[in-house]
Amino acid sequence: MSSHSENASKFVANDERMHWHDQALWFVREKRDRASKSIPEWEQLREFANQIKTHTMANLDTYLLEFEKNATKKGIKVHFAFDALEHNQIVAKILKEKGVTKLVKSKSMLTEECHLNPYLENLGIEVIDTDLGERIVQLRNEPPSHIVLPAIHLKKSDVSDTFVEHLGTEKGNYDPTYLTRAARAALREDFLTAQAGLTGVNFAIAQTGGVVVCTNEGNADMGASVPKLHIASMGMEKIIPRLQDLSVFTRLLARSATGQPITSYTSHFHTAVEGGEMHIVIVDNKRSQFLSSTKNKKALNCIRCGACMNTCPVYRRSGGHSYEYVIPGPIGSILGSAREPQLHNSLPFACTLCGSCTNVCPVKIDLDSQLYSLRQDLGSADLIDGKKKMAMKVTAWLMTKPALFDFAGKMARFIVPKLPNSILYNKANIWGKQRDLPKMPEKSFKEMFKDGELDD
Amino acid sequence: MKIGLFIPCFMNELYPNICKATYNLLKSQNLQIEYPLSQTCCGQPMANSGCSKDVKTLAINFVNTFKDYDYIVAPSGSCVSMVKEHYSEFFDNDKDFNKVKASIYEVCEFLHDIVKIENLNFNISFPYKVGVHNSCHGHRVLKLATASELNIPYDSKLKNLLNKIPDIELVTLKREDECCGFGGTFSVQEEAISVAMGKDRIKDHIDSKAEIMTGADMSCLMHMDGIINRDKNPIKVMHIVEILAGVKP
Repeated sequence: MSSHSENASKFVANDERMHWHDQALWFVREKRDRASKSIPEWEQLREFANQIKTHTMANLDTYLLEFEKNATKKGIKVHFAFDALEHNQIVAKILKEKGVTKLVKSKSMLTEECHLNPYLENLGIEVIDTDLGERIVQLRNEPPSHIVLPAIHLKKSDVSDTFVEHLGTEKGNYDPTYLTRAARAALREDFLTAQAGLTGVNFAIAQTGGVVVCTNEGNADMGASVPKLHIASMGMEKIIPRLQDLSVFTRLLARSATGQPITSYTSHFHTAVEGGEMHIVIVDNKRSQFLSSTKNKKALNCIRCGACMNTCPVYRRSGGHSYEYVIPGPIGSILGSAREPQLHNSLPFACTLCGSCTNVCPVKIDLDSQLYSLRQDLGSADLIDGKKKMAMKVTAWLMTKPALFDFAGKMARFIVPKLPNSILYNKANIWGKQRDLPKMPEKSFKEMFKDGELDD
Repeated sequence: MKIGLFIPCFMNELYPNICKATYNLLKSQNLQIEYPLSQTCCGQPMANSGCSKDVKTLAINFVNTFKDYDYIVAPSGSCVSMVKEHYSEFFDNDKDFNKVKASIYEVCEFLHDIVKIENLNFNISFPYKVGVHNSCHGHRVLKLATASELNIPYDSKLKNLLNKIPDIELVTLKREDECCGFGGTFSVQEEAISVAMGKDRIKDHIDSKAEIMTGADMSCLMHMDGIINRDKNPIKVMHIVEILAGVKP
């Protein structure tokens, strides 16, 4: 068994919790449906977004330089990082130079990808995640299980237990308002005492040299405005050409993510706060690999809305942690398995190829096609289970011999009905663990046809 | 108009009566149907398992078997989508393949669009409450109905056909087009999730008071039938061609 299926079977074993998780995310999917259907031009917007992103990725070198030039003009210091380590080193260097001992961070999947928190903590810098969901999982020492709803795998009672331990809240008080206020009070203290704020970036506009951050809690704004030092970390695919292109994405992003018309805060950062400094770190970390791949290139168009997770029937029933990659669900399965095929070879198979993800994707990434082609890449690289590979080879060979295939079928129809259930439903029959086998008919269709039994 | 009947390998072996219903349904439209005996499997199980390289011989065999027909019709959306979507890697703009790709149809799609829905009449009453399970490949690849994710006008070829049957009552499901969790080798490799998805799909049908669950892909229905029989659920599966051909539950 591969790692995703093992993890998934553990998640499914708690039936009540699995269904609660499925329903919570289905609720978000339904909100997304209503929001997207409130806009008549929705499908056209998706196509615009697809075209803008595809154009940008095809001209990324030009736009990155244009962005750097315009950001630099505004007094922002732009850094380029080849990989995760270089990103972390750049951030650490900036923080060390300013003598920072405490950093407040708003949501950034990139810093999760780069494992920035442990890197800085090893250097003695305290890192506080300030997005409520991120803070909850940080206190629990867990990775986020969803890119927009990082603590969606937790119930109110889990959050309460965590806060009792770390924030000293009242034991057994599961009231969301009470718990949120407790987190807010603690975080307020952190905002006021941190010497630097780090934010992610949703969109970086080449034309203006500014970056845009979309949040619901306002924590990015606090982190970027209260301390004098603001670092924005971004994957190099976050570029869009012009300010006017942004409107296409802001209309799509929140509707796709949570079903809101727009995020509560869409904040534009164009320069440092008065008397402060602003840095932008632009990270490659294997994004060039996608840019040069014909089949997986469009994965870079992702705007991290999480809609593919919310709609994925497998994700909803297995939880984000079952993927064991920083980004779970359909897009995470593509990114993880294309980046590290040895490590994440089960992910493209954690999928029924139902195609719902491709239909909800606001930038029209061909998610299910990529998952299919990644399966072929894994097969060619000998990274699929040897037994399965052999079984497929034998079946394919058998199917090239119509007479032999017919004979094999005839034998099965002769033998199987005579077998007692204890043999038929043995341990190796995984299908039969929770499902009956179909009843074997006396004759195949081919035999009925040959015997002239069709026209009665 | 010469039609080649393409019967998925597992249906030939396990569901001959549904194949027969497909054959008779097409015959009843006064169509010339042939069933070429050299056919085996389209290769989908291997391709979905990451072994599409092993499928090349099957793909060539398939095209050779069916290239001379005006239309190729099969009672499976998923096998048809395999040929349409995933065979091109084996053929370099080959004229026979291009013809096969353009002339292959899932049977409901064929009846609805080629025979034309307005020319069809079904006279046998089917007084049951029926839930339509939209199998994903037929649904989202062949577009047999509008996917719930999209903001485009709704249509469903399966429901249009079923609605022509006297006394049938189609129920409304909570989740119009959620996957049942079959997914080929997924059903074994990810057994726990696969069964969980199947159970949820069945429950949605039972909660919606469906007595019969139908669809255009027997593989999905086989998976759910396996669960229904094991759990003794009060619902029965029927392939849509059985209902259209007047088979009783």
